[in-house]
Amino acid sequence: MDEETDELLAEFLVESFENLDEIDQDLVSLEQTPDATDILQRIFRAFHTIKGTCGFLGYETLGAVTHAAETLLARLRDGAMAYDAEVASALLRSTDAVRELLTVIERTKEEGSDEHLDLIAELHHLAERTAAHDAAPSTDVQLQADDDAEPGPRLGELLVERGVTTEADVAIALVRQADLGDPRPIGEVLIDAGAVDPEDVRSALSSQQHTRAADATLRVDVSLLDSLVTLVGELVLTRNQIRRLTGNDGVDSTLVIAAQRLNGVTAELQSHVMKTRMQPIGAVWSKLPRIVRDLAVQCEKAIRVDMHGQGTELDKAIVEAIRDPLTHMVRNAVDHGIESPAERVAAGKPEEGVLTLRAFHESGNVHIEIADDGRGIDVTKVKAKAVRQQLITEDQAARMTDREAVDLVFRAGFSTAEAVSNLSGRGVGMDVVRTNISRIGGTVECDNHPGAGTTFKVKIPLTLAIVPALITRGGGERFAVPHANLVELVGLGTESSRAIESVQGAPVYRLRDRMLPIVHLNAELNLTPPASDTRRSAGTIVVLRADGHEFGLVVDEVIDTEEIVVKPLPAHVDAVPVFSGCTVMGDGDVALILDVRGIAEVAGVLDPDGAVNANAETTTTESNSTADPVLIVRVDATTRAALALDNIERLEVFDPTRVELAAGHPVVQYRGALLPLLDLSATVGAATQRDSSDELVVVVYADGHRSVGLVIERVVDIVEEHTTNYEVPYRFGVVGSTIVRGDVTDLIDVAALVDAMPASFAALVNGAIQLEASDAV
Amino acid sequence: MQSERTLCTLLVDDQLYGVDVLRVQEIIGEQRLTPVPLASSRVVGLLNLRGDIVPAISLRGTLGLAPAKPGTKCAHVVLRTRDGLASVIVDAIGDVLEADEARFEEPPDTLSGSSRELVSGVLKLDDRLLLELDVDRVLAVDRRAA
Repeated sequence: MDEETDELLAEFLVESFENLDEIDQDLVSLEQTPDATDILQRIFRAFHTIKGTCGFLGYETLGAVTHAAETLLARLRDGAMAYDAEVASALLRSTDAVRELLTVIERTKEEGSDEHLDLIAELHHLAERTAAHDAAPSTDVQLQADDDAEPGPRLGELLVERGVTTEADVAIALVRQADLGDPRPIGEVLIDAGAVDPEDVRSALSSQQHTRAADATLRVDVSLLDSLVTLVGELVLTRNQIRRLTGNDGVDSTLVIAAQRLNGVTAELQSHVMKTRMQPIGAVWSKLPRIVRDLAVQCEKAIRVDMHGQGTELDKAIVEAIRDPLTHMVRNAVDHGIESPAERVAAGKPEEGVLTLRAFHESGNVHIEIADDGRGIDVTKVKAKAVRQQLITEDQAARMTDREAVDLVFRAGFSTAEAVSNLSGRGVGMDVVRTNISRIGGTVECDNHPGAGTTFKVKIPLTLAIVPALITRGGGERFAVPHANLVELVGLGTESSRAIESVQGAPVYRLRDRMLPIVHLNAELNLTPPASDTRRSAGTIVVLRADGHEFGLVVDEVIDTEEIVVKPLPAHVDAVPVFSGCTVMGDGDVALILDVRGIAEVAGVLDPDGAVNANAETTTTESNSTADPVLIVRVDATTRAALALDNIERLEVFDPTRVELAAGHPVVQYRGALLPLLDLSATVGAATQRDSSDELVVVVYADGHRSVGLVIERVVDIVEEHTTNYEVPYRFGVVGSTIVRGDVTDLIDVAALVDAMPASFAALVNGAIQLEASDAV
Repeated sequence: MQSERTLCTLLVDDQLYGVDVLRVQEIIGEQRLTPVPLASSRVVGLLNLRGDIVPAISLRGTLGLAPAKPGTKCAHVVLRTRDGLASVIVDAIGDVLEADEARFEEPPDTLSGSSRELVSGVLKLDDRLLLELDVDRVLAVDRRAA
């Protein structure tokens, strides 16, 4: 084959595989709605495309199979026969055959020896079943009509359809274009005439473009995207390094500003490059209806699949990683969850079971739910089974809550299927699902409603390559803890012996009303803190969650939170379960990334006995951390900060024209005094220039007679959080951190910020320069 | 011209070793290493080689020799392996020498223990012996653990 044909073949294969996946899905949904002619058309067209190209490339078997399938589909489309299970199975088998042929072609460029004669005969037989009394119109004639691709909806029509403009307005605009020779696109004409809101036109245009996606998208080799991600990773590392270098005192301010711009641009570039690797979860889900259908037929159940949020995107690597676990959970739901039609009717449910797949984004994570309306998990049965399999003792079973008992299904070696079927129930089920999901930093939990169904909730991070992490220190080395596992930070006082107690020999910490099992990082990793370490601090408890269990990891010190580029451990380093990878820090040193689940496992805090201990009743609420309300603000596009609510007087919005200069500093006249303004973006943020015409959002901060206005972008929330104070401020103007919805947010020390400003500014804050003085400006 | 072989010579515990010069990516001095807790003792740590994270393997540990006295100078020989770069820590680096293929001999039976498997040949120099190391065996990856 010459090069050109090779290229054509490669393209044909990619397209055909994609088409096949769609056909599978369409065939299954056609069973639900046999009258949906648009679906039928789509299937027909997909088969026709494959047939057309393989005719050109000279693949006869492939041509014969697709032709036979197409003939059958033509009969269906003409209404000459009904779409029943028999036809559906035959068509699904033909997609399998086509896939098989394509796979062989991909490997050898030849079709292989299987001619699929049985299948072709069956397809013809089915097509002729009703053909006797109806001379089928020639397929080719039909094709003519099909190939005339219908153009996407016109913008004017789309806008009218959405009710954002009227037909009359569109007509006028069209006349302007046609008769008056207005060269502008219709959208612009309409906006100009005031007939429509620009926002509506934009959204209509994007949806119109969506229907013409083929023109707006480009196929790119995945390896190219991967190398882009690697390069961005390097850039992030360099950015971190430069940020560190420019964070020192006495650095030229223009350099600092350039570094801060680099910071912002890198963050944006990173998010865009990460987006190129995003794939909709539908890419995995598309296979599921077919699997469910085949299984349902096999176990004689009636099951409908409902999908919500197919467009939810996540990193390609994660899509690959969750394929098997998802398939497994879906199989489980069909096999164990949903009852037989007879059982369902007896329980007063509709005969048809419903399997609902739902995906959505929430706070940097993707949530996937797999819900069935079946019988739910029988807790008594689960306990009995676990006792029989000696996973737990009778005593433990009796003490277990229902939730803990349901969690047993994730234990290795557990299987509830009374009879081991060939579908699931081989005992290598849910524990593998949980292991695989935690390997990518995700969690899986189960909501059980006995008699009404089960919902498995999976939570996974959006991306794996660059993740935010808390940098901690133990034994003189730095260790990164991914934010995904982070719950909160608790500072240990100097009298740690009292803070950490011992229950049955195991160290625990009383955190509010519960007992938190404690793991010492230094002890687990055989680290010795450097002898020179004379700090009196007993360290910080980093509260982590793994597999639904919380535990506290005691580290010597919390250093910072940083975006880290995750790299695998080199192959020559033996697999150590407590590390999930490594990264290069801003100063060029290598740091190891802790595998939170691994460390919990090694330390034995995932043990159910440990969990029972941790849940032991305790009435003391003594705690070393403080729960003060804090105001969470967005400083600029990239920075969030927390301010203690105690000293915040008011929130104000000032017109920028009210800003004057006093002693060279921006001030506003406020309640008969001068309020000096301090832009937080310039001090703790990314030094973003604010749009000079935008209103200024200002937090009025007052401490006794001192007051200062902190300029921010907007207020996010007020939360009551436990904050951790750092022994040594690791970053200027930051006293500690708090975790708000999973993100570490720095707590700003306003007094320190003011002190660092020139004396003239401090004088303004102290009210020493009175209103009269501003007349000089 | 198959008969000539070029070796990079290394010194560990006063014994001269050689590795195929084509496998050597570069030689660097002492580096700041990040130790990997719980890993086997021959993994001394990880180093950052221009953005690549490279494991540093102790040749002493691999050969079953006593660890160097603290404070002893050392050097890194970064080698190319099937599993990416890996650095071998040695006491010192010697010359690069060319030797006739025919002058290499089978390792003597008197070589004992783990080093027997790691040495692929012996070269008699005028005043001493040079043991040629089999790079792939020295840096073999334990797949069972993975």
